[in-house]
Amino acid sequence: MSSATFSATTAGPHLPLYTTRARSHDQNPMFDPLKKSASFLGSSTKLSFNSTTTTKLTRANSVARSPIVAVSEVKEKKSKPISNLLITKEEGLDLYEDMILGRAFEDMCAQMYYRGKMFGFVHLYNGQEAVSTGFIRLLKKEDSVVSTYRDHVHSLSKGVPARAVMSELFGKTTGCCRGQGGSMHMFSKEHNVLGGFAFIGEGIPVATGAAFSSKYRREVLGKADCDHVTCAFFGDGTANNGQFFECLNMAALWKLPIVFVVENNLWAIGMSHLRATSDPEIWKKGPAFGMPGVHVDGMDVLKVREVAKEAIDRARRGEGPTLVECETYRFRGHSLADPDELRDPAEKAHYAARDPISALKKYMFENNLASEAELKAIEKKIDEVVEDAVEFADESPHPDRSQLLENVFADPRGFGIGPDGRYRCEDPKFTQGTAHV
Amino acid sequence: MASIFQVIGAATAAVSSSTSFDTKKFQLCSRRSVSERKSSFVVVKASGSNRIGSRADQLVTNAVATKADTPPAASKPGHELLLFEALREGLEEEMERDARVCVMGEDVGHYGGSYKVTKGLADKYGDLRVLDTPIAENSFTGMGIGAAMTGLRPIIEGMNMGFLLLAFNQISNNCGMLHYTSGGQFKIPVVIRGPGGVGRQLGAEHSQRLESYFQSIPGIQMVACSTPYNAKGLMKAAIRSDNPVILFEHVLLYNLKERIPDEEYVLNLEEAEMVRPGEHVTILTYSRMRYHVMQAAKTLVNKGYDPEVIDIRSLKPFDLYTIGNSIKKTHLVLIVEECMRTGGIGASLTAAINENFNDYLDAPIVCLSSQDVPTPYAGTLEEWTVVQPPQIVAAVEQLCR
Repeated sequence: MSSATFSATTAGPHLPLYTTRARSHDQNPMFDPLKKSASFLGSSTKLSFNSTTTTKLTRANSVARSPIVAVSEVKEKKSKPISNLLITKEEGLDLYEDMILGRAFEDMCAQMYYRGKMFGFVHLYNGQEAVSTGFIRLLKKEDSVVSTYRDHVHSLSKGVPARAVMSELFGKTTGCCRGQGGSMHMFSKEHNVLGGFAFIGEGIPVATGAAFSSKYRREVLGKADCDHVTCAFFGDGTANNGQFFECLNMAALWKLPIVFVVENNLWAIGMSHLRATSDPEIWKKGPAFGMPGVHVDGMDVLKVREVAKEAIDRARRGEGPTLVECETYRFRGHSLADPDELRDPAEKAHYAARDPISALKKYMFENNLASEAELKAIEKKIDEVVEDAVEFADESPHPDRSQLLENVFADPRGFGIGPDGRYRCEDPKFTQGTAHV
Repeated sequence: MASIFQVIGAATAAVSSSTSFDTKKFQLCSRRSVSERKSSFVVVKASGSNRIGSRADQLVTNAVATKADTPPAASKPGHELLLFEALREGLEEEMERDARVCVMGEDVGHYGGSYKVTKGLADKYGDLRVLDTPIAENSFTGMGIGAAMTGLRPIIEGMNMGFLLLAFNQISNNCGMLHYTSGGQFKIPVVIRGPGGVGRQLGAEHSQRLESYFQSIPGIQMVACSTPYNAKGLMKAAIRSDNPVILFEHVLLYNLKERIPDEEYVLNLEEAEMVRPGEHVTILTYSRMRYHVMQAAKTLVNKGYDPEVIDIRSLKPFDLYTIGNSIKKTHLVLIVEECMRTGGIGASLTAAINENFNDYLDAPIVCLSSQDVPTPYAGTLEEWTVVQPPQIVAAVEQLCR
C-alpha cells in the first residue's frame, strides 16, 4: 500500500513546502504541495486554508462561548469505512492492551491520590491514549521519548514496567527514579525515556539533543546504521513557547531525526488554546520552519499510527523532522488538583463519545480482528498488572536517609574538599545522608 | 567584533605588567620575620596541622593542593602561549582523545569563536563536531544537555557569559537537576564556558559576573581560570568530569602569556591554587582580581607585609582545606572578588569560613567586591565599580593593624 503522504500544509497557496530547491535531493517526494493525498488520514482537508471553518476558528475570540462550538464543529469527523485493514490482529491487540493499560493505570493513580498514597501534582492522561499508543508502540527500544509532566502513559507505552512507575509515584525507592523524581519526572535509561519535565517547553531542547546525538553517532562516530529517532511530546500551550520555535528551527536546519508531537487538547489548565494563540492551527508552524506540518485526529489511534509511521520513517531515513498536531482531549482536569469547572460539559461529552479505546474496540469487532472474550481477557490482565503494581509499590520501602546525597553529582567529588583535607564524599556521614555538604 | 579585540589589546597592556610573570618567582619570596609584623597578636599554630597533612597523603592523592598546580621546574622547555590558545590546546587535546567531545555555540565553527578559542577546530573536526548554532541560548544549551544524556560530551560556549542568563532554565532545571531526578540514571557531562567579567567599557550587559547567579544550583560545579596554565588544565579536567561544570573565563585575560609544559597535565577541579605563600594575611581571590591582588602584593611587600595569596579557582565547591590551612596560619582573611557584593561568591565564602574556621579568625573577614551597580560605560566609573589595587592595599593595612 502506498505510504501516506503529507498533503500540503502551506500557510499560503503560493508557498511551496520546500523552503529551497536545494532540498529536493530527497529521493522520496513525499510532500508534494500540489498533491492532495487521497490516503492521508488526517483532517487537514477540513482545516485547509480555503475552508470556511478556518475563519470560524480565527474569529472565535470575538464571540462569547462560540470557541467551543466552533471547535466541535470543525473537529467532528464521521468515521470512514476503511477498505484496507490498517493493522494486523497482533498489532490491534498490542494497541488495545497499551491503551487499556494507560487508562487503567491513570484511573488507579486517581484512586491512590485520593487515598493519600501519592502527593503533589499528578497529571492524568485519560482520553489521550491514542497519541501515546499510536506513536510509541512504533518505536524501537533505542529510540527516545521526551515528555512533559503528563508522562505516566508515555513511560508505560515505551516499556517502563507499571510497577516502576507506580512505585515512583508513591515515592518509594524501587521507583524508576528511586523516588527522587515523582509524577512529573519519569526517566528510564533502559527504555530511553528522557523525562518527565515540569516546565513546559524545557524538554523539547533535550529531545533535540537526543536527536542530535543520533545524527552525530551516524556521521561523526561512524555508526552508519544508527537511526535512532526521538519523539518529543508536548501540549498546545507549549506551542506558543520560544523553546518550541527555536527547536523547530534547529531540527529542520540540521535535519535531526525527531518528531515533534503536539498533543493539542485545547486547554492549558484553564486557558483555552483559542484564547492564547494568534493562529490556532499549530501544524502550520511546521512549514514556516521548513518541515512538514501534519494535523491528525488524536482520538483515533489508527489514524495517529499511520501519520506516526510516516513521520518516524522519515526521520529514520535522515530526511529530518516532522511536526504532528494531534487533536485530542483530556477527560479529566489538568491535574488532580484542578476542579475542571471551566470546560463546557457539552464539549466534554462530545469528546467522551469519541473515546479512543471504544473506537478501537469497535474497529476490531467490525473487522473481525478480535472477539469480545479476547478483549475482556486483556482488560482482566491489565487489571491484574495494575493491582500488582500498587501492591508492589505499597510494599516497597521508602528511601533511606542515606539516599539523600547520592545522585546529586555523577562524580561525588563535586561536593568538594572539606576542611580536613578529605573529599566530602569520603566522610562516613555522607553515605548516611547526614553529612554537611 | 573587531572592536572587542582591540579593546582587549588595550586592556591587557594595562594588566600585562603584572601578569607576564613567572609563577615560581612568588614562591621564592623571602618571608618577613614575625618581629617585623605590625600586628600585636600572638600566632598560635594549630597543633593538628601536621597530623592532618600526613593523613591526607594516604587519601585521594589530589586532595592536597598547591604543589601540582604551578608549572613544574622546567624538565622540558615547555612552550609559550596566550590564555585563549591554552584553552584551545586543552580543548583540542580532549577532542582528539575522545570522539564524543563536541563543541556547540554561536560562531564557534567557521568564525573560530569570538575570542578565538575554537579557531581552526571546525576545519579539523567538521561542522557537526564544532557546531555553529543559531542564536537560541536556552535551546542549544538544552540540546547540549540532551546530547550529554544520550552519550556525548558537549562543550557549550556562551559568546559572553551574560548570554547564558537566557539559558538559565536549562542550566538550573536540567543541567543541575536531571542526574538527581532521574535517580542517577542519566549523567550530564557538559562543560558550559564563556567569557564574563568586567571588560574595557563593554557596557552593563556585557560585563556581568554570573558566578553569583549560578552558585546556588545544586548539581553543578563552577571553576574560574586565571592563567594559561590553569586554563588548559581546568578545561581538560572539566571535559573529563562526569559532572556538569561551568568554566568561567574572563574577557580581559585572554591575551595573557605564559610558558606551559609540553607534557599533558590535568588539574583538579576542586582544588585551590597557592599563588604566593605568606604569613600575615590570607587573600582569597579568583579570575582577574588575582592580578589586582598580585599588583597590590608588590606594594604590600614593599611596605613590609607578607600576604598569602590563594586563587580559589573552584567557586563551587570551595576548597576548604587549602583555605583553612591558610587561615590557621595567618588568622586574617581578605576576600577580593569581581563578583557583586550581594549574594556573591565572596558572601558565600565568608559564610563558609565563619562556619568552619571561626575560632581561627582574629578579625572579621573583609570582603572586597564590585559595587552593586550595573557596570557603567564611562571608563572612570567602570574603574570604580571593580576593586582596584590601592583598595586592596588599604584593606590589608587596615586588617593587619
